[in-house]
Amino acid sequence: MKIAVCVKQVPDSWAEKKLVNGLLDRAGVDAVLNDLDEYAIEEALRIVEPLNEGSETPTHTITLISMGPDRATEAIRKGLSMGAHDATLISDSALAGSDALATSKVLAETIKSGGYDLVFCGTESTDARMSVIPAMLAERLGWAQLTFAGVVKVDVSGNKVEIDRMTDAGVESMSANFPAVLSVIEKINEPRYPSFKGIMASKKKTINTKSLSDVGVAASEVGLATAWSVVDDAAARPPREKGEKVEDAGNGGDKLAEFIFEKRIV
Amino acid sequence: MSNVLILVDHASGNISKTAGELAAFGKRIGAVTALVLAEPGSGAVIADQLKAFEIEKILIAESADFAKHGIPAIADAVASVLASHSPKALLISTSARGKEIAARVAVKSNSGLITDAIDLSENLIATQSIFGGSFTVHSHVKTGTPIITIRPSAIDFTATPSNPTIENVTVEISDIAKLVSINNMQPAVKGGRPELTEAKIVVSGGRGTNGDFSKVESFADSLGAAVGASRAATDAGWYPHTHQVGQTGKTVSPQLYVACGISGAIQHRAGMQTSKTIIAVNKDPEAPIFDLADLGIVGDLFAVLPQAEAAINAKKHA
Repeated sequence: MKIAVCVKQVPDSWAEKKLVNGLLDRAGVDAVLNDLDEYAIEEALRIVEPLNEGSETPTHTITLISMGPDRATEAIRKGLSMGAHDATLISDSALAGSDALATSKVLAETIKSGGYDLVFCGTESTDARMSVIPAMLAERLGWAQLTFAGVVKVDVSGNKVEIDRMTDAGVESMSANFPAVLSVIEKINEPRYPSFKGIMASKKKTINTKSLSDVGVAASEVGLATAWSVVDDAAARPPREKGEKVEDAGNGGDKLAEFIFEKRIV
Repeated sequence: MSNVLILVDHASGNISKTAGELAAFGKRIGAVTALVLAEPGSGAVIADQLKAFEIEKILIAESADFAKHGIPAIADAVASVLASHSPKALLISTSARGKEIAARVAVKSNSGLITDAIDLSENLIATQSIFGGSFTVHSHVKTGTPIITIRPSAIDFTATPSNPTIENVTVEISDIAKLVSINNMQPAVKGGRPELTEAKIVVSGGRGTNGDFSKVESFADSLGAAVGASRAATDAGWYPHTHQVGQTGKTVSPQLYVACGISGAIQHRAGMQTSKTIIAVNKDPEAPIFDLADLGIVGDLFAVLPQAEAAINAKKHA
Protein backbone atom coordinates (compact mmCIF):
# COMPACT_ATOMS: atom_id res chain seq x y z
CA MET A 1 0.00 0.00 0.00
CA LYS A 2 1.00 3.61 -0.46
CA ILE A 3 0.56 6.20 2.25
CA ALA A 4 1.07 9.94 1.98
CA VAL A 5 1.59 12.07 5.08
CA CYS A 6 1.02 15.81 4.74
CA VAL A 7 3.52 17.77 6.80
CA LYS A 8 4.18 21.45 7.39
CA GLN A 9 7.16 23.42 8.54
CA VAL A 10 6.08 25.83 11.26
CA PRO A 11 7.76 28.30 13.61
CA ASP A 12 8.94 26.51 16.74
CA SER A 13 5.87 26.35 18.97
CA TRP A 14 8.03 27.34 21.93
CA ALA A 15 9.13 30.57 20.22
CA GLU A 16 7.39 33.95 20.21
CA LYS A 17 5.70 34.56 16.86
CA LYS A 18 5.61 37.90 15.04
CA LEU A 19 3.50 39.36 12.29
CA VAL A 20 4.89 41.45 9.44
CA ASN A 21 2.27 43.18 7.26
CA GLY A 22 -0.39 40.82 8.55
CA LEU A 23 1.56 37.69 7.65
CA LEU A 24 3.50 35.45 9.97
CA ASP A 25 7.21 36.27 10.00
CA ARG A 26 8.59 32.84 9.08
CA ALA A 27 12.13 33.96 8.38
CA GLY A 28 12.83 35.39 11.81
CA VAL A 29 12.11 32.31 13.94
CA ASP A 30 13.38 28.77 14.23
CA ALA A 31 11.40 26.51 11.93
CA VAL A 32 10.55 22.94 12.83
CA LEU A 33 8.34 20.09 11.70
CA ASN A 34 4.81 20.78 13.01
CA ASP A 35 4.85 18.54 16.07
CA LEU A 36 1.30 17.32 15.49
CA ASP A 37 2.44 15.92 12.12
CA GLU A 38 4.84 13.62 13.93
CA TYR A 39 1.87 11.63 15.25
CA ALA A 40 0.65 11.19 11.67
CA ILE A 41 4.09 9.97 10.53
CA GLU A 42 4.34 7.62 13.52
CA GLU A 43 0.89 6.13 12.84
CA ALA A 44 1.76 5.58 9.17
CA LEU A 45 5.04 3.90 10.19
CA ARG A 46 3.20 1.57 12.55
CA ILE A 47 1.00 0.47 9.65
CA VAL A 48 3.70 -0.16 7.02
CA GLU A 49 6.54 -1.49 9.18
CA PRO A 50 4.95 -4.89 9.95
CA LEU A 51 3.97 -5.21 6.27
CA ASN A 52 7.54 -4.57 5.11
CA GLU A 53 9.04 -6.98 7.65
CA GLY A 54 11.65 -9.21 6.03
CA SER A 55 11.59 -7.63 2.58
CA GLU A 56 14.77 -6.09 1.23
CA THR A 57 13.08 -3.22 -0.57
CA PRO A 58 9.90 -1.96 1.05
CA THR A 59 6.78 -2.47 -1.04
CA HIS A 60 4.60 -0.50 1.36
CA THR A 61 5.79 3.09 1.38
CA ILE A 62 5.26 6.44 3.06
CA THR A 63 5.71 9.66 1.11
CA LEU A 64 5.80 12.98 2.93
CA ILE A 65 4.06 15.80 1.08
CA SER A 66 4.67 19.39 2.00
CA MET A 67 4.03 22.82 0.59
CA GLY A 68 6.42 25.53 1.67
CA PRO A 69 9.62 27.40 0.99
CA ASP A 70 12.82 25.55 -0.01
CA ARG A 71 13.98 25.57 3.60
CA ALA A 72 11.03 23.30 4.49
CA THR A 73 13.39 20.46 3.49
CA GLU A 74 14.80 20.73 7.04
CA ALA A 75 11.45 19.76 8.54
CA ILE A 76 10.88 17.11 5.89
CA ARG A 77 14.29 15.59 6.67
CA LYS A 78 13.16 15.00 10.24
CA GLY A 79 10.17 13.01 8.99
CA LEU A 80 12.45 11.01 6.70
CA SER A 81 14.78 10.27 9.60
CA MET A 82 11.80 8.91 11.55
CA GLY A 83 11.40 6.38 8.73
CA ALA A 84 9.27 7.82 5.90
CA HIS A 85 10.62 6.65 2.54
CA ASP A 86 10.64 9.75 0.37
CA ALA A 87 9.09 13.20 0.06
CA THR A 88 7.58 15.72 -2.30
CA LEU A 89 7.95 19.43 -1.63
CA ILE A 90 5.85 21.88 -3.62
CA SER A 91 7.82 25.08 -3.54
CA ASP A 92 7.06 28.10 -5.68
CA SER A 93 7.41 31.82 -5.06
CA ALA A 94 3.82 32.26 -6.28
CA LEU A 95 2.59 30.31 -3.23
CA ALA A 96 3.57 32.93 -0.65
CA GLY A 97 0.54 34.11 1.35
CA SER A 98 -1.67 31.22 0.22
CA ASP A 99 -4.63 30.48 2.48
CA ALA A 100 -6.16 27.11 3.40
CA LEU A 101 -8.29 26.90 0.25
CA ALA A 102 -5.24 27.39 -1.97
CA THR A 103 -3.06 25.08 0.13
CA SER A 104 -5.65 22.30 0.04
CA LYS A 105 -5.89 22.68 -3.73
CA VAL A 106 -2.14 22.32 -4.24
CA LEU A 107 -1.93 19.35 -1.87
CA ALA A 108 -4.96 17.65 -3.45
CA GLU A 109 -3.54 18.03 -6.95
CA THR A 110 -0.24 16.57 -5.76
CA ILE A 111 -1.92 13.64 -4.01
CA LYS A 112 -4.25 12.87 -6.93
CA SER A 113 -1.47 11.65 -9.19
CA GLY A 114 0.35 9.61 -6.54
CA GLY A 115 -1.86 6.52 -6.33
CA TYR A 116 -2.12 6.65 -2.54
CA ASP A 117 -4.47 4.47 -0.50
CA LEU A 118 -4.40 6.65 2.60
CA VAL A 119 -3.39 10.22 3.40
CA PHE A 120 -2.49 11.04 7.00
CA CYS A 121 -2.39 14.51 8.54
CA GLY A 122 -2.00 16.01 12.00
CA THR A 123 -5.18 17.61 13.34
CA GLU A 124 -3.82 21.13 12.94
CA SER A 125 -0.67 23.13 12.40
CA THR A 126 0.56 24.87 15.52
CA ASP A 127 0.78 28.22 13.69
CA ALA A 128 -2.54 28.73 11.86
CA ARG A 129 -4.52 26.27 14.03
CA MET A 130 -7.48 26.12 11.64
CA SER A 131 -7.91 22.30 11.54
CA VAL A 132 -9.48 22.51 8.09
CA ILE A 133 -6.94 21.08 5.64
CA PRO A 134 -7.82 17.36 6.15
CA ALA A 135 -11.55 18.04 5.57
CA MET A 136 -10.77 20.24 2.56
CA LEU A 137 -8.52 17.52 1.12
CA ALA A 138 -11.25 14.89 1.50
CA GLU A 139 -13.74 17.24 -0.16
CA ARG A 140 -11.42 18.11 -3.05
CA LEU A 141 -10.33 14.51 -3.65
CA GLY A 142 -13.81 13.04 -3.17
CA TRP A 143 -12.31 10.56 -0.67
CA ALA A 144 -13.59 9.34 2.68
CA GLN A 145 -12.95 11.73 5.57
CA LEU A 146 -11.78 10.01 8.77
CA THR A 147 -10.52 12.81 10.98
CA PHE A 148 -9.60 13.35 14.64
CA ALA A 149 -8.72 9.67 14.96
CA GLY A 150 -7.59 8.44 18.35
CA VAL A 151 -7.50 4.83 17.12
CA VAL A 152 -6.79 3.65 13.56
CA LYS A 153 -7.25 0.07 12.34
CA VAL A 154 -6.27 -0.77 8.78
CA ASP A 155 -7.36 -3.92 6.95
CA VAL A 156 -4.87 -3.93 4.08
CA SER A 157 -6.25 -6.93 2.19
CA GLY A 158 -9.82 -5.71 2.60
CA ASN A 159 -8.91 -2.13 1.57
CA LYS A 160 -10.72 -0.91 4.67
CA VAL A 161 -9.93 1.48 7.47
CA GLU A 162 -11.71 2.01 10.78
CA ILE A 163 -11.18 4.82 13.25
CA ASP A 164 -12.45 6.12 16.55
CA ARG A 165 -13.03 9.84 16.08
CA MET A 166 -12.39 11.51 19.42
CA THR A 167 -13.58 15.07 19.99
CA ASP A 168 -15.33 17.04 22.72
CA ALA A 169 -18.62 15.71 21.36
CA GLY A 170 -17.66 12.12 22.18
CA VAL A 171 -16.29 9.05 20.44
CA GLU A 172 -17.57 8.00 17.02
CA SER A 173 -16.59 4.67 15.48
CA MET A 174 -16.37 5.13 11.72
CA SER A 175 -15.27 3.06 8.76
CA ALA A 176 -14.64 3.49 5.06
CA ASN A 177 -12.92 1.87 2.11
CA PHE A 178 -9.66 3.17 0.65
CA PRO A 179 -8.83 5.82 -0.40
CA ALA A 180 -9.30 7.96 2.67
CA VAL A 181 -7.95 11.11 4.31
CA LEU A 182 -7.19 10.73 8.01
CA SER A 183 -6.10 13.12 10.71
CA VAL A 184 -4.81 11.81 14.02
CA ILE A 185 -4.94 13.38 17.47
CA GLU A 186 -1.84 13.60 19.64
CA LYS A 187 -3.08 10.99 22.07
CA ILE A 188 -2.92 8.24 19.43
CA ASN A 189 0.74 7.28 19.87
CA GLU A 190 4.16 8.33 21.09
CA PRO A 191 6.21 9.50 18.09
CA ARG A 192 9.68 7.98 17.99
CA TYR A 193 12.86 10.02 18.13
CA PRO A 194 14.90 9.58 14.95
CA SER A 195 17.68 7.08 15.58
CA PHE A 196 21.26 7.76 14.50
CA LYS A 197 20.78 5.13 11.79
CA GLY A 198 17.56 6.84 10.72
CA ILE A 199 19.25 10.22 10.50
CA MET A 200 22.09 8.81 8.38
CA ALA A 201 19.64 6.96 6.13
CA SER A 202 17.50 10.09 5.66
CA LYS A 203 20.39 11.89 3.98
CA LYS A 204 20.17 9.42 1.09
CA LYS A 205 16.40 9.68 0.72
CA THR A 206 14.86 11.65 -2.13
CA ILE A 207 13.00 14.92 -1.72
CA ASN A 208 11.32 15.72 -5.04
CA THR A 209 10.89 19.45 -5.33
CA LYS A 210 8.04 20.44 -7.60
CA SER A 211 6.86 23.78 -8.91
CA LEU A 212 3.22 24.80 -9.21
CA SER A 213 3.14 23.98 -12.90
CA ASP A 214 4.58 20.51 -12.11
CA VAL A 215 1.47 19.75 -10.05
CA GLY A 216 -0.87 21.41 -12.52
CA VAL A 217 -2.03 24.46 -10.57
CA ALA A 218 -1.93 27.93 -12.14
CA ALA A 219 -0.12 30.68 -10.23
CA SER A 220 -3.29 32.78 -10.53
CA GLU A 221 -5.17 30.25 -8.35
CA VAL A 222 -2.92 30.66 -5.30
CA GLY A 223 -0.90 33.19 -3.32
CA LEU A 224 -1.71 36.30 -1.36
CA ALA A 225 -3.35 38.19 -4.24
CA THR A 226 -5.97 35.50 -4.85
CA ALA A 227 -6.51 34.52 -1.20
CA TRP A 228 -10.20 34.02 -0.42
CA SER A 229 -9.89 36.19 2.69
CA VAL A 230 -7.72 39.21 3.51
CA VAL A 231 -6.23 40.65 6.66
CA ASP A 232 -7.25 44.27 7.21
CA ASP A 233 -4.97 44.95 10.15
CA ALA A 234 -3.10 43.16 12.89
CA ALA A 235 -1.82 44.47 16.18
CA ALA A 236 0.23 42.99 18.98
CA ARG A 237 -1.69 42.70 22.21
CA PRO A 238 -0.13 44.94 24.86
CA PRO A 239 1.89 42.86 27.34
CA ARG A 240 0.20 42.11 30.64
CA GLU A 241 1.11 44.22 33.62
CA LYS A 242 3.02 42.25 36.16
CA GLY A 243 1.08 42.03 39.40
CA GLU A 244 1.97 41.39 43.01
CA LYS A 245 4.10 38.39 43.98
CA VAL A 246 4.04 37.21 47.58
CA GLU A 247 5.92 34.50 49.43
CA ASP A 248 3.60 32.01 51.19
CA ALA A 249 4.26 32.55 54.89
CA GLY A 250 1.51 30.22 55.99
CA ASN A 251 -1.29 32.51 54.85
CA GLY A 252 -0.85 32.28 51.05
CA GLY A 253 -4.22 30.57 50.63
CA ASP A 254 -6.01 33.26 52.62
CA LYS A 255 -4.34 35.92 50.50
CA LEU A 256 -5.44 34.13 47.36
CA ALA A 257 -9.04 33.94 48.57
CA GLU A 258 -8.96 37.59 49.70
CA PHE A 259 -7.79 38.65 46.22
CA ILE A 260 -10.70 36.79 44.62
CA PHE A 261 -13.20 38.46 46.99
CA GLU A 262 -11.72 41.90 46.27
CA LYS A 263 -12.08 41.36 42.54
CA ARG A 264 -15.71 40.36 43.15
CA ILE A 265 -15.28 37.34 40.89
CA VAL A 266 -17.32 35.22 43.29
CA MET B 1 -33.85 41.28 1.71
CA SER B 2 -30.51 40.44 3.11
CA ASN B 3 -30.30 37.55 5.51
CA VAL B 4 -27.63 35.65 7.33
CA LEU B 5 -27.62 31.89 7.72
CA ILE B 6 -26.67 30.25 11.00
CA LEU B 7 -26.10 26.52 11.41
CA VAL B 8 -27.74 25.28 14.61
CA ASP B 9 -25.64 22.92 16.70
CA HIS B 10 -27.63 20.37 18.71
CA ALA B 11 -27.22 17.03 20.43
CA SER B 12 -29.77 14.55 21.78
CA GLY B 13 -32.63 16.88 20.84
CA ASN B 14 -31.24 19.91 22.69
CA ILE B 15 -29.80 22.99 21.03
CA SER B 16 -26.32 24.10 22.05
CA LYS B 17 -25.93 27.44 23.83
CA THR B 18 -23.99 28.58 20.78
CA ALA B 19 -27.24 28.77 18.76
CA GLY B 20 -28.33 31.91 20.62
CA GLU B 21 -24.83 33.37 20.28
CA LEU B 22 -24.80 32.86 16.51
CA ALA B 23 -28.28 34.42 16.27
CA ALA B 24 -27.04 37.44 18.24
CA PHE B 25 -24.04 37.89 15.92
CA GLY B 26 -26.20 37.24 12.86
CA LYS B 27 -28.67 39.97 13.82
CA ARG B 28 -25.90 42.54 13.43
CA ILE B 29 -25.66 41.62 9.77
CA GLY B 30 -29.26 40.99 8.73
CA ALA B 31 -32.39 38.99 9.40
CA VAL B 32 -31.41 35.60 10.77
CA THR B 33 -32.28 32.34 9.07
CA ALA B 34 -31.47 29.30 11.21
CA LEU B 35 -30.71 25.98 9.55
CA VAL B 36 -31.63 22.86 11.52
CA LEU B 37 -30.30 19.57 10.17
CA ALA B 38 -31.92 16.76 12.10
CA GLU B 39 -32.93 13.12 12.21
CA PRO B 40 -36.30 12.41 10.58
CA GLY B 41 -39.06 13.55 12.94
CA SER B 42 -36.85 15.52 15.34
CA GLY B 43 -36.53 18.91 13.61
CA ALA B 44 -39.66 20.49 15.11
CA VAL B 45 -38.51 19.93 18.70
CA ILE B 46 -35.22 21.65 17.94
CA ALA B 47 -36.89 24.49 16.01
CA ASP B 48 -39.20 25.13 18.97
CA GLN B 49 -36.22 25.88 21.23
CA LEU B 50 -34.96 28.48 18.76
CA LYS B 51 -38.00 30.68 19.40
CA ALA B 52 -36.14 31.99 22.46
CA PHE B 53 -33.93 34.01 20.09
CA GLU B 54 -34.45 36.70 17.47
CA ILE B 55 -34.77 34.60 14.35
CA GLU B 56 -36.84 35.38 11.26
CA LYS B 57 -36.97 32.00 9.63
CA ILE B 58 -36.10 28.42 10.49
CA LEU B 59 -35.25 25.95 7.76
CA ILE B 60 -35.54 22.30 8.72
CA ALA B 61 -33.94 19.57 6.68
CA GLU B 62 -34.38 16.05 7.99
CA SER B 63 -32.33 13.06 6.90
CA ALA B 64 -31.02 9.89 8.49
CA ASP B 65 -27.78 10.48 6.55
CA PHE B 66 -26.60 13.18 8.98
CA ALA B 67 -26.09 10.71 11.82
CA LYS B 68 -25.07 7.88 9.50
CA HIS B 69 -22.43 9.71 7.48
CA GLY B 70 -21.60 12.80 9.54
CA ILE B 71 -19.74 15.86 8.35
CA PRO B 72 -19.71 15.26 4.56
CA ALA B 73 -23.52 14.76 4.53
CA ILE B 74 -24.05 17.84 6.70
CA ALA B 75 -21.76 19.87 4.44
CA ASP B 76 -23.78 18.76 1.38
CA ALA B 77 -26.98 20.00 3.01
CA VAL B 78 -25.48 23.31 4.14
CA ALA B 79 -23.98 23.96 0.70
CA SER B 80 -27.27 23.29 -1.05
CA VAL B 81 -29.13 25.72 1.27
CA LEU B 82 -26.34 28.25 0.74
CA ALA B 83 -26.85 27.97 -3.01
CA SER B 84 -30.65 28.21 -2.89
CA HIS B 85 -30.91 31.01 -0.31
CA SER B 86 -27.83 33.16 -1.14
CA PRO B 87 -27.34 34.59 2.37
CA LYS B 88 -24.90 37.43 3.06
CA ALA B 89 -22.89 35.14 5.32
CA LEU B 90 -22.87 31.71 6.94
CA LEU B 91 -22.08 31.50 10.66
CA ILE B 92 -21.07 28.26 12.38
CA SER B 93 -19.78 27.81 15.91
CA THR B 94 -16.12 26.88 16.37
CA SER B 95 -15.56 23.22 17.25
CA ALA B 96 -13.77 20.32 15.57
CA ARG B 97 -17.00 19.50 13.77
CA GLY B 98 -18.04 23.10 13.03
CA LYS B 99 -14.69 23.93 11.45
CA GLU B 100 -14.72 20.79 9.30
CA ILE B 101 -18.26 21.47 8.07
CA ALA B 102 -17.18 25.04 7.28
CA ALA B 103 -14.09 23.74 5.46
CA ARG B 104 -16.07 21.48 3.15
CA VAL B 105 -18.75 24.09 2.46
CA ALA B 106 -16.01 26.63 1.66
CA VAL B 107 -14.56 24.28 -0.98
CA LYS B 108 -17.99 23.38 -2.42
CA SER B 109 -19.11 27.01 -2.73
CA ASN B 110 -15.68 28.47 -3.51
CA SER B 111 -16.08 30.78 -0.54
CA GLY B 112 -13.59 32.34 1.83
CA LEU B 113 -13.42 30.98 5.36
CA ILE B 114 -12.41 32.63 8.62
CA THR B 115 -12.18 30.36 11.66
CA ASP B 116 -12.56 31.03 15.35
CA ALA B 117 -13.60 34.69 15.24
CA ILE B 118 -14.11 36.32 18.63
CA ASP B 119 -16.08 39.21 17.18
CA LEU B 120 -17.90 40.07 13.97
CA SER B 121 -19.00 43.51 12.80
CA GLU B 122 -22.12 44.41 10.82
CA ASN B 123 -20.00 44.79 7.69
CA LEU B 124 -18.53 41.31 8.19
CA ILE B 125 -15.11 42.24 9.52
CA ALA B 126 -14.04 39.37 11.76
CA THR B 127 -11.78 39.76 14.79
CA GLN B 128 -9.45 36.89 15.62
CA SER B 129 -7.08 36.50 18.52
CA ILE B 130 -4.12 34.53 17.20
CA PHE B 131 -0.80 33.06 18.36
CA GLY B 132 -2.28 32.40 21.76
CA GLY B 133 -3.79 35.84 22.09
CA SER B 134 -0.57 37.72 21.40
CA PHE B 135 -2.06 39.35 18.27
CA THR B 136 -5.48 40.70 17.38
CA VAL B 137 -6.28 40.46 13.68
CA HIS B 138 -9.13 41.93 11.66
CA SER B 139 -9.95 40.30 8.36
CA HIS B 140 -12.74 39.80 5.86
CA VAL B 141 -13.71 37.37 3.16
CA LYS B 142 -13.43 38.67 -0.38
CA THR B 143 -14.58 35.70 -2.44
CA GLY B 144 -17.94 33.92 -2.36
CA THR B 145 -20.22 33.87 0.69
CA PRO B 146 -18.27 34.69 3.86
CA ILE B 147 -18.15 31.57 6.04
CA ILE B 148 -17.18 32.42 9.59
CA THR B 149 -16.83 30.13 12.57
CA ILE B 150 -17.28 31.91 15.89
CA ARG B 151 -15.72 30.96 19.21
CA PRO B 152 -18.27 29.90 21.85
CA SER B 153 -19.02 32.50 24.57
CA ALA B 154 -17.66 35.34 22.40
CA ILE B 155 -20.80 37.44 22.95
CA ASP B 156 -22.92 38.55 25.90
CA PHE B 157 -26.49 39.09 24.83
CA THR B 158 -30.03 39.24 26.12
CA ALA B 159 -32.24 36.70 24.42
CA THR B 160 -35.31 38.21 22.74
CA PRO B 161 -38.01 35.65 21.91
CA SER B 162 -39.45 35.70 18.41
CA ASN B 163 -41.97 33.90 16.28
CA PRO B 164 -40.02 32.63 13.28
CA THR B 165 -41.63 31.11 10.22
CA ILE B 166 -40.74 27.45 9.79
CA GLU B 167 -40.04 25.92 6.42
CA ASN B 168 -39.14 22.34 5.63
CA VAL B 169 -36.55 21.92 2.92
CA THR B 170 -35.31 18.82 1.14
CA VAL B 171 -31.62 18.33 0.51
CA GLU B 172 -29.75 15.96 -1.77
CA ILE B 173 -26.95 13.99 -0.17
CA SER B 174 -24.32 12.96 -2.72
CA ASP B 175 -22.81 9.46 -2.95
CA ILE B 176 -19.40 10.91 -2.06
CA ALA B 177 -20.85 12.15 1.24
CA LYS B 178 -21.80 8.56 2.04
CA LEU B 179 -18.31 7.06 1.78
CA VAL B 180 -17.95 6.99 5.55
CA SER B 181 -20.25 5.03 7.84
CA ILE B 182 -20.62 6.02 11.46
CA ASN B 183 -21.18 2.70 13.21
CA ASN B 184 -21.45 3.92 16.77
CA MET B 185 -21.55 7.24 18.61
CA GLN B 186 -20.79 7.53 22.29
CA PRO B 187 -21.55 11.06 23.48
CA ALA B 188 -18.99 12.53 25.86
CA VAL B 189 -19.87 12.06 29.50
CA LYS B 190 -20.44 15.52 30.91
CA GLY B 191 -19.02 15.87 34.38
CA GLY B 192 -20.50 18.13 37.02
CA ARG B 193 -18.06 20.90 36.14
CA PRO B 194 -18.55 23.58 33.50
CA GLU B 195 -17.01 23.26 30.03
CA LEU B 196 -13.44 24.58 29.86
CA THR B 197 -14.03 27.03 27.03
CA GLU B 198 -17.32 28.28 28.47
CA ALA B 199 -16.36 28.61 32.16
CA LYS B 200 -16.12 31.95 33.99
CA ILE B 201 -13.33 30.55 36.17
CA VAL B 202 -10.67 27.99 35.23
CA VAL B 203 -8.31 26.31 37.68
CA SER B 204 -5.43 24.42 36.05
CA GLY B 205 -2.78 22.07 37.36
CA GLY B 206 0.64 21.27 35.97
CA ARG B 207 3.86 19.47 36.78
CA GLY B 208 3.70 20.78 40.36
CA THR B 209 0.71 18.53 41.12
CA ASN B 210 2.96 15.48 40.72
CA GLY B 211 -0.06 13.73 39.31
CA ASP B 212 -2.38 14.47 42.21
CA PHE B 213 -5.16 16.73 40.96
CA SER B 214 -7.37 16.29 44.04
CA LYS B 215 -6.51 19.70 45.56
CA VAL B 216 -6.87 21.42 42.19
CA GLU B 217 -10.27 19.81 41.63
CA SER B 218 -11.71 20.53 45.06
CA PHE B 219 -10.48 24.14 44.93
CA ALA B 220 -12.08 24.45 41.47
CA ASP B 221 -15.35 23.06 42.83
CA SER B 222 -15.41 25.63 45.62
CA LEU B 223 -15.42 28.30 42.89
CA GLY B 224 -17.71 26.44 40.47
CA ALA B 225 -14.76 26.44 38.07
CA ALA B 226 -13.68 24.25 35.17
CA VAL B 227 -10.47 22.24 35.57
CA GLY B 228 -7.63 22.58 33.08
CA ALA B 229 -4.18 21.03 32.80
CA SER B 230 -0.83 21.89 31.26
CA ARG B 231 0.61 19.79 28.47
CA ALA B 232 3.16 18.36 30.93
CA ALA B 233 0.28 17.05 33.04
CA THR B 234 -1.71 15.57 30.14
CA ASP B 235 1.40 14.08 28.50
CA ALA B 236 2.19 12.38 31.81
CA GLY B 237 -1.31 10.90 31.76
CA TRP B 238 -2.27 12.72 34.96
CA TYR B 239 -5.30 14.41 33.46
CA PRO B 240 -7.37 13.83 30.30
CA HIS B 241 -6.04 15.32 27.13
CA THR B 242 -9.40 17.06 26.51
CA HIS B 243 -8.60 19.35 29.45
CA GLN B 244 -5.29 20.58 28.06
CA VAL B 245 -4.92 24.36 27.97
CA GLY B 246 -2.29 25.73 25.64
CA GLN B 247 -1.05 25.91 22.10
CA THR B 248 -2.01 22.38 21.11
CA GLY B 249 -5.01 22.27 23.43
CA LYS B 250 -7.83 24.61 24.36
CA THR B 251 -7.68 28.39 24.34
CA VAL B 252 -9.53 29.83 27.30
CA SER B 253 -10.33 33.42 28.19
CA PRO B 254 -12.20 33.32 31.52
CA GLN B 255 -12.78 36.05 34.11
CA LEU B 256 -10.29 34.29 36.35
CA TYR B 257 -7.55 31.77 35.60
CA VAL B 258 -5.70 30.10 38.46
CA ALA B 259 -2.48 28.32 37.38
CA CYS B 260 -1.34 25.80 40.01
CA GLY B 261 2.11 24.26 39.74
CA ILE B 262 2.43 25.44 36.14
CA SER B 263 5.72 27.06 35.14
CA GLY B 264 4.17 29.07 32.31
CA ALA B 265 6.03 28.02 29.17
CA ILE B 266 4.95 29.82 25.99
CA GLN B 267 3.11 26.63 25.05
CA HIS B 268 0.79 27.09 28.02
CA ARG B 269 0.61 30.87 28.00
CA ALA B 270 -0.71 30.75 24.45
CA GLY B 271 -3.87 29.11 25.77
CA MET B 272 -4.67 31.39 28.69
CA GLN B 273 -2.97 34.77 28.52
CA THR B 274 -6.12 36.61 27.42
CA SER B 275 -7.83 35.70 30.71
CA LYS B 276 -9.12 38.81 32.51
CA THR B 277 -7.40 38.03 35.82
CA ILE B 278 -4.61 35.52 36.40
CA ILE B 279 -3.46 34.03 39.69
CA ALA B 280 -0.41 31.76 39.87
CA VAL B 281 0.67 29.40 42.62
CA ASN B 282 4.14 27.93 42.19
CA LYS B 283 6.99 26.84 44.41
CA ASP B 284 9.59 28.28 42.04
CA PRO B 285 9.86 32.08 42.50
CA GLU B 286 11.50 32.31 39.06
CA ALA B 287 8.64 30.58 37.20
CA PRO B 288 7.75 32.65 34.10
CA ILE B 289 4.03 32.34 34.93
CA PHE B 290 4.56 35.05 37.57
CA ASP B 291 5.37 37.55 34.79
CA LEU B 292 1.75 37.60 33.71
CA ALA B 293 0.01 36.93 37.00
CA ASP B 294 -2.02 39.66 38.68
CA LEU B 295 -1.32 37.82 41.90
CA GLY B 296 1.50 35.33 42.38
CA ILE B 297 1.81 33.12 45.45
CA VAL B 298 5.24 31.56 45.84
CA GLY B 299 4.37 28.43 47.74
CA ASP B 300 3.24 24.81 47.71
CA LEU B 301 -0.11 24.33 46.01
CA PHE B 302 -0.88 21.46 48.41
CA ALA B 303 -0.85 23.98 51.28
CA VAL B 304 -2.13 27.09 49.52
CA LEU B 305 -5.15 25.63 47.69
CA PRO B 306 -6.82 23.90 50.67
CA GLN B 307 -6.44 27.07 52.74
CA ALA B 308 -7.93 29.21 49.97
CA GLU B 309 -10.72 26.68 49.51
CA ALA B 310 -11.56 26.80 53.22
CA ALA B 311 -11.66 30.60 53.14
CA ILE B 312 -13.95 30.59 50.09
CA ASN B 313 -16.28 28.01 51.61
CA ALA B 314 -16.39 29.97 54.88
CA LYS B 315 -17.35 33.13 52.98
CA LYS B 316 -20.03 31.28 51.00
CA HIS B 317 -21.65 29.98 54.19
CA ALA B 318 -21.24 33.20 56.14
